[in-house]
Amino acid sequence: MQVQAGRIGEITEITAWDQALRFFSFKDPALRYALAGAILLGLNCGLLGSFLVVRKLSLVGDTISHAVLPGVAAGFLWNMEKDPLAIFVGATMAGLLGSFMVSRLTATTKLKEDTALGMVLAGFFGLGICLVTMIQRLPTGNKSGIDKFLFGQAASLGGSDIYLMASVAFLTFGLVWIFYKELLTVSFDAGFAHCVKIPVSWFHHGFMLLLAFSVVIALQAVGVVLVSAMLITPAATAYLMTDRLHRMVFFACLAGMLAGAMGAFFSFLGHQLPTGPFMVLSAAALFVFAFFLAPRHGIILRWWARRSRSGRVRRENTLKAVFHALEQDGFRREGVTFMTLSKLRRQTLEETETASQELRQAGFATLPPGEKAVYLTPEGMRRAQTIVRNHRLWELYLTDAANYPPDHVHDDAEEIEHVLGEDLVRQLERQLNFADHDPHGKPIPTPEQMVSLHGQDKSASTGSLGYAKPS
Amino acid sequence: MTSDPNIEAVRSSSGPLSMRWTQGLSDAEIPLEIHDLTVAYHHKPVLYGVDLAIPPGKLIGVIGPNGAGKSTLIKSIMGLLPTDSGWVRLFGKPNKKNLGRVGYVPQRESVDWDFPVNVMDVVMMGRYGKLGLFRRPGKKDRSIAAACLEKVHMMPFADRQIANLSGGQQQRVFLARALAQESDLYLMDEPFAGVDAATESSIIDLLHTLRKEGKTILVVHHDLPTARNYFDMLILLNMRVVDFGPTKEVFTYEKLQKTYGGRLTILSEVADAVRQTKA
Ligand SMILES: Nc1ncnc2c1ncn2[C@@H]1O[C@H](COP(=O)(O)OP(=O)(O)OP(=O)(O)O)[C@@H](O)[C@H]1O
Ligand SMILES: [Mg+2]
Repeated sequence: MQVQAGRIGEITEITAWDQALRFFSFKDPALRYALAGAILLGLNCGLLGSFLVVRKLSLVGDTISHAVLPGVAAGFLWNMEKDPLAIFVGATMAGLLGSFMVSRLTATTKLKEDTALGMVLAGFFGLGICLVTMIQRLPTGNKSGIDKFLFGQAASLGGSDIYLMASVAFLTFGLVWIFYKELLTVSFDAGFAHCVKIPVSWFHHGFMLLLAFSVVIALQAVGVVLVSAMLITPAATAYLMTDRLHRMVFFACLAGMLAGAMGAFFSFLGHQLPTGPFMVLSAAALFVFAFFLAPRHGIILRWWARRSRSGRVRRENTLKAVFHALEQDGFRREGVTFMTLSKLRRQTLEETETASQELRQAGFATLPPGEKAVYLTPEGMRRAQTIVRNHRLWELYLTDAANYPPDHVHDDAEEIEHVLGEDLVRQLERQLNFADHDPHGKPIPTPEQMVSLHGQDKSASTGSLGYAKPS
Repeated sequence: MTSDPNIEAVRSSSGPLSMRWTQGLSDAEIPLEIHDLTVAYHHKPVLYGVDLAIPPGKLIGVIGPNGAGKSTLIKSIMGLLPTDSGWVRLFGKPNKKNLGRVGYVPQRESVDWDFPVNVMDVVMMGRYGKLGLFRRPGKKDRSIAAACLEKVHMMPFADRQIANLSGGQQQRVFLARALAQESDLYLMDEPFAGVDAATESSIIDLLHTLRKEGKTILVVHHDLPTARNYFDMLILLNMRVVDFGPTKEVFTYEKLQKTYGGRLTILSEVADAVRQTKA
């Protein structure tokens, strides 16, 4: 029993491996076509999908892709075989008819666009399914291939299909390249585009035509049902990655091509499973990847930024407490014991130790073994002074310039001290006429003082870092 | 300037009110002339029989209640909407032929601020009219765009994605984009909406500078008390042009009441404003 199970596992493993090797040897011409087709459609979908996503027209892609099915069937019926050109023409016309009906419905009735899109999508798709079923039942003719249009089969692509796909991809790429600035303006603000003499409706219709072309060339590889996902998902992935449209288009193309290639690969690995679902799953996997890892918009980096910010605030508060302890002593001593620090911060001894370890890791302090005390490094000292300085400047600003009572300003300053940038500090200084004492009468450390506070002790210390490390 | 004899005939028959402020000017000198303009949404007229002729070099306010058709007027001046009757001419030519001389500031809500562009990209759009199709912005366009951003004090934000701006800053970006168009007639739809007092006064200064350069500026405005101080002339609009003339003549209790149709809150505001004028 167990032996057999093991053997089955082995067999599939070997075949999967063999399949992968066969894939990457690129010897199989059908495979080469499939891969080229998948990449071309990914490129095309990425190019146009970006504009769909930023114009909030995602549903339009879905509608066109479903509306083309009756056209595919009609193209097939034309001469009862899978003639790429007839299917291309039929499908494009059906797609355009669908989008035309949507625009008429919204213009002449009070139906909103989403309703019109939903109705047209379902109606055309229903008609398409009927026609496809009918064709499959016909006694005559070569009907192989028509079912492939539902879920896609990249392996069924032939040379002439690839030729057509490449022409459309080339056309799309060229037009987007040439008219990028017009497409950008029309997508962002159509009214303004009109004002700068861009023929807005030409661009709109041209875009819809290209979109119909792209959907149609993608059909055989992805299938009617899922082609809109190839339009939307790579573009949505790219939308998370960047804040500029041209980069978004670039990333969307990359994601589209990658998803296409991955889909072709996995479908090949699984012995000619439908390609559409694999491409869409690959695109979704890329999206999940971007969702977690994208700069700025990805949640992991956002979480990391938040975490490191709260870590910084914690470290700065510890630094400040060390500074206060040193100040209370008139800077006569160099180190602060954990005991003193924990009292000052109202923490347990363990908490203080952990906080001090954090300072050490950040290079702000040394913790000589066996001493149970914190010694600031020069870097740590500078940071502590900056923080205290920010805090006191802000308190002074609130009492002096904003007329807050002195006993109300501490908590506010507590928040703000961590976020004051250099410009703001400069401004505060100027506004406060370079004052040197805070509202509670404590001195405000100045940049010149920053390292010299320990000057008197420096000579006594033996370590190269002066006050940082007693021998 | 050749003019269509039909248009000529219609024009001479139009009432004296509409032509009053442009008498003695040649067609090409009149920045904006509208005759018998009617615009309807779903067969319900929003503008009805609008007649206007605007003199050059003036800062003109368009005021009227919500839904009066102010935005519709601006859009149909640019030929953005299908009209039921009438025509609009810019500097003596039909509006679609002379759009190159118009700068436009749309209402801020009209675009998606999450769109992936930064401030500089948006201002650069103002240059596209001069560039035409095919050509890409060059050094000169970049320096003009930068200068326009500087004028509205937004240069430090040039690289910022537009969603990360405050409402007032977004409004200033739109203004900079219109300045980059280097036009002779500016149409601005509520450029002061959501703008703080300091920014508002700096924008007004900017508009005054433009006017000094001989530009004509049409501004849709919502705040009555400031309207009295800001504008040389006012268009009172509520589906029809209730009145058009120098602010002093037009900003009266009766005319504003006619425009706003007896809405109490606004009327008391108007009464205050009028009282202030008299004081
Ligand atoms: N796209 C549209 N479809 C149908 N009706 C519209 C459309 N746009 C505007 N309207 C209607 O036309 C009228 C005038 O609208 P418009 O936007 O010109 O008013 P407005 O004076 O600019 O108002 P506001 O002060 O609120 O900006 C309103 O009653 C509005 O409901
Ligand atoms: Mg409006």
